[in-house]
Amino acid sequence: MIPDINPIVLFFASIFTSNILLTNFLGMCSFISISKDLKSSNGLGLAVTLVMTITTALNWILEKYLIVPLELGYLRYILYIIVIAAVVQVLEMIIDRVSPNLYMVLGIFLPLITVNCAILGVALFMQLRNYTFIQSVFFGFGSGIGWWLAIVLLAAIRKKTENAPVPAPLKGVGITLITIGIMAMAFIGFAGMIKVQ
Amino acid sequence: MSEYKKIFKNNLWIENPVFVQILGICSTLAVTNNLRNTLIMTIGVTLVTALSNLTISAMRNVIPRKVRMITQVLVISFYVIIVDIILRAYLPDVSKALGPYVGLIITNCIIMGRAEAFAQGNKPIISFWDGFTAGLGYMLVLVVVAFFRELLGFGTVFGIRIIPESVPAWTIMVMPPSAFFVLASFIWIVKGAQMKKTVKTSAGSTSASGK
Repeated sequence: MIPDINPIVLFFASIFTSNILLTNFLGMCSFISISKDLKSSNGLGLAVTLVMTITTALNWILEKYLIVPLELGYLRYILYIIVIAAVVQVLEMIIDRVSPNLYMVLGIFLPLITVNCAILGVALFMQLRNYTFIQSVFFGFGSGIGWWLAIVLLAAIRKKTENAPVPAPLKGVGITLITIGIMAMAFIGFAGMIKVQ
Repeated sequence: MSEYKKIFKNNLWIENPVFVQILGICSTLAVTNNLRNTLIMTIGVTLVTALSNLTISAMRNVIPRKVRMITQVLVISFYVIIVDIILRAYLPDVSKALGPYVGLIITNCIIMGRAEAFAQGNKPIISFWDGFTAGLGYMLVLVVVAFFRELLGFGTVFGIRIIPESVPAWTIMVMPPSAFFVLASFIWIVKGAQMKKTVKTSAGSTSASGK
């Protein structure tokens, strides 16, 4: 059964009430390591949004026209990952050709994105919740924006608290995790406002 | 034999993938509100890491450099699919609870990390051991986090009631944010212990920066 949710509503839901990072914990590794620097965070956020939107759409098409008719459900993980890796590879080549400046900024992140759990996660959620094509695109795009928003917020907070007196064992990762936890609590305030499935 | 012991100690404590290298955080946070699911999940990850390491190490001399990453991902996906199917067949309720997070084992940075860092340059049997112990290190952290989250949030351990029903449950413990707090506390304690040890064992460190 296809959930009856307006794609625009889904878009906002995936940014706030069901934020891919703060509610579903996907994409953590690069989130924690890249958020040290605001500029890189911006670059990575952009890259993730791009890849997420494109791959979610492609994976939907793959699911509908290949996996379901040929009953290849057991190969789903492999097929999705191949699509993601291919998209990232192609995107890297296109960006390098079209805008070397953008490539300078994003370049190192793109291979990293292939194994970003958020990308695969969004595709799997889309399949699990049986979204339509339009819903999937808005969901993918929204999740990307949500991820971008979260990482920029965290980078900004980390910059501001750089010189705060944190106990030595907590410096770096520890305090970052606590900060993320508080951010997650703040986002819980949005819960229940919109349904996603 | 001592090589094996060194790897064991490394992966479980000194360079534990979760609280030292900060890898595999995604699933750490998502599944640890229930001890049973956590245990099943970590056993799955341990098996996948060990077997992937074994396979990749065995193939290490034949994989061309350019397709290294995608080959690793495919090997890992293969084993994850097997684990997923086994879970669905024999433990359907756990499979349902873990949902997409089983598939997300593929993107677990620990597995890819060990493949890159170890399996690419070492023999199969020892790579298997490295993968296995990395998985155990991961299991150690997750089980501790899950233990506290389930105990304080539900009052149960493995479904067995420990804290009496009359005591109000600390529900935030089973909600997403608490995972961050519990993990951060864990890191705080462990890093503190590791730091103290370094200070103690570094010869003749009397003065200054004891803070």
